[in-house]
Amino acid sequence: MATTGISRTTLQPARKKSGLSAQARQQERLAWLFLLPTLIVVIGVAFYPLVRTIYVTFFDARLGSARAWEFVGLANYSRLLGDSNWWDAVWNTIRFTVISVAFELVLGLLIALVVNSKFPGRGLMRTAMLVPWAIPTAISSQMWNWMYNDVFGVINDLFTRVIPLLPQKIAWVARADTALWALVAVDVWKTTPFMALLLLAGLQLIPGDIYEAAAVDGANRWRQFWTITLPMLRPAIVVALIFRTLDSLRVFDLIWIMTGGAFNTESMATFNQRHLIQFQRLGYGSTISVALFLVIGIFVIFYVTFIYREEQS
Amino acid sequence: MRSIRVGKVVRDLLFWALILLIVFYTLFPFYWAIASSITPANQLFTTPLRYFPANPTLNSYRTVFSNQDFLRALGNSVLVAGTTVLLSLLIGSFGAYALGRMRFRGRRAMLYLVLSMTMFPAIAILGALFTMVRGLGIYNTPWALVMTYMTFALPFTVWVLSNFFRSLPVELEQAAYIDGATTFQTFYLILLPLTAPGLVTTGLLTFISAWNEFLYALTFTLTPEARTVPPAIALFSGAQEFEIPWGDIMAAAVVVTVPLVVLVLFFQQRLVEGLTAGAVKG
Repeated sequence: MATTGISRTTLQPARKKSGLSAQARQQERLAWLFLLPTLIVVIGVAFYPLVRTIYVTFFDARLGSARAWEFVGLANYSRLLGDSNWWDAVWNTIRFTVISVAFELVLGLLIALVVNSKFPGRGLMRTAMLVPWAIPTAISSQMWNWMYNDVFGVINDLFTRVIPLLPQKIAWVARADTALWALVAVDVWKTTPFMALLLLAGLQLIPGDIYEAAAVDGANRWRQFWTITLPMLRPAIVVALIFRTLDSLRVFDLIWIMTGGAFNTESMATFNQRHLIQFQRLGYGSTISVALFLVIGIFVIFYVTFIYREEQS
Repeated sequence: MRSIRVGKVVRDLLFWALILLIVFYTLFPFYWAIASSITPANQLFTTPLRYFPANPTLNSYRTVFSNQDFLRALGNSVLVAGTTVLLSLLIGSFGAYALGRMRFRGRRAMLYLVLSMTMFPAIAILGALFTMVRGLGIYNTPWALVMTYMTFALPFTVWVLSNFFRSLPVELEQAAYIDGATTFQTFYLILLPLTAPGLVTTGLLTFISAWNEFLYALTFTLTPEARTVPPAIALFSGAQEFEIPWGDIMAAAVVVTVPLVVLVLFFQQRLVEGLTAGAVKG
């Protein structure tokens, strides 16, 4: 490992330098010049704040207070490890993520398969699918809040009067046993179309003659799905899954608006925002941010290596 | 022969039932928002519910359009999302060109850096951004949002645009070079105009994400003067404190949703291409 590293850095630039024409060298300089504005902005609004966030975790600091920061070492981290509310938030977020992403995958695949077949009105349906995705989560949360209303909500009316499945009306977002599921339903409604679109793009890459050959060999639709569609769709499925998982792990809008984090629905992000902004705990709140960043960072690394490997093969 | 035909009819029926179910699940919440927005307030809070409003009224829309806070939120949203799009296209198109078209050492590393940045969790730097926003004296102004939205808008723009640049044929550049154009001229006069559809798509996607953003909008603004639409709708309250004006909230939701639906209808194909290009291609 170390030797190859050395040989690379010592040999290649020398070879490259002699091989690079004046024009190529000029292009290299220009490329970095073109990238410079982007780099400056990204460093200013993302990397600098990230470094500051990490720095402040070693202090007892409060937001909007003139009091000097007090160095506390790793005290914030040990406090976080023993904070049962944090672990509840982690657990809630993971539960929310696993349940909604699983539903979204199955439903999204179903919708993608339906839209991929030819039928009149197909274009119209593709457009209808984009609509839930395009509107702000803050708005869909309010729309569903009204639909979940305990007395005048349409969902209660639908399930107690029109299709009487429930003995009485339920305060869906104000009960510990239903709130998380009610949130999952909204998330599934909003993001399944996105999942379906990603999978549809993957489906359209599968050449049709493979299916024809399979049909000639006597494989029925069901077998074709398991032996052709699913394996060939694997890259699209993995990408869509990781994309949605990352998104879901930082869920904030939906929970802040619909339950405010009550009834076992506090997520990592709402917990973090509460400590930082509401309780003004800059030091401890930033420690939560770093923990959240690490959890999500693991998924990002996984995702980027996956893309890299797909590109190589 | 007959059993095959019956089987086909049953399959077709099931297929259409499935489609109807999907369309119902997707569209019913919108129908319900529209229906609630035109239902008179006294009927909205009665049971059993009416699925078709009996005496439709535009009262809720009148209330919403005479609500100064909501109108200001709309204006702020247009300002913030518009400025964010222009800035990220202006800054990002150069970076995207370098990543999509030019050869240089470190290109791959930069590409993966940008890709990772598109997934950067906004909440992770909330505290530090808050201190920066306060320090710059832009707390509770739309500029706080334009600045902080760069954290996600710029990497996204660079990523999607670099994919567009990469898809253009190489011969164009070669022809330009032979004619004596510099790299900068090639970029500015030949490739940038050709990427116009890409710019439109990227701009639209960035616009939608800035228009929909909630966390920063909630955290970096405090009063209705600076709020954008998402926090304004989340914090919508009526004249009376204890009665939530659901009819008005639904009217506001419809008002904000309609432009987005129109955009989606118009640019459907492009949006799908941009989205899947950003996600699926490496």
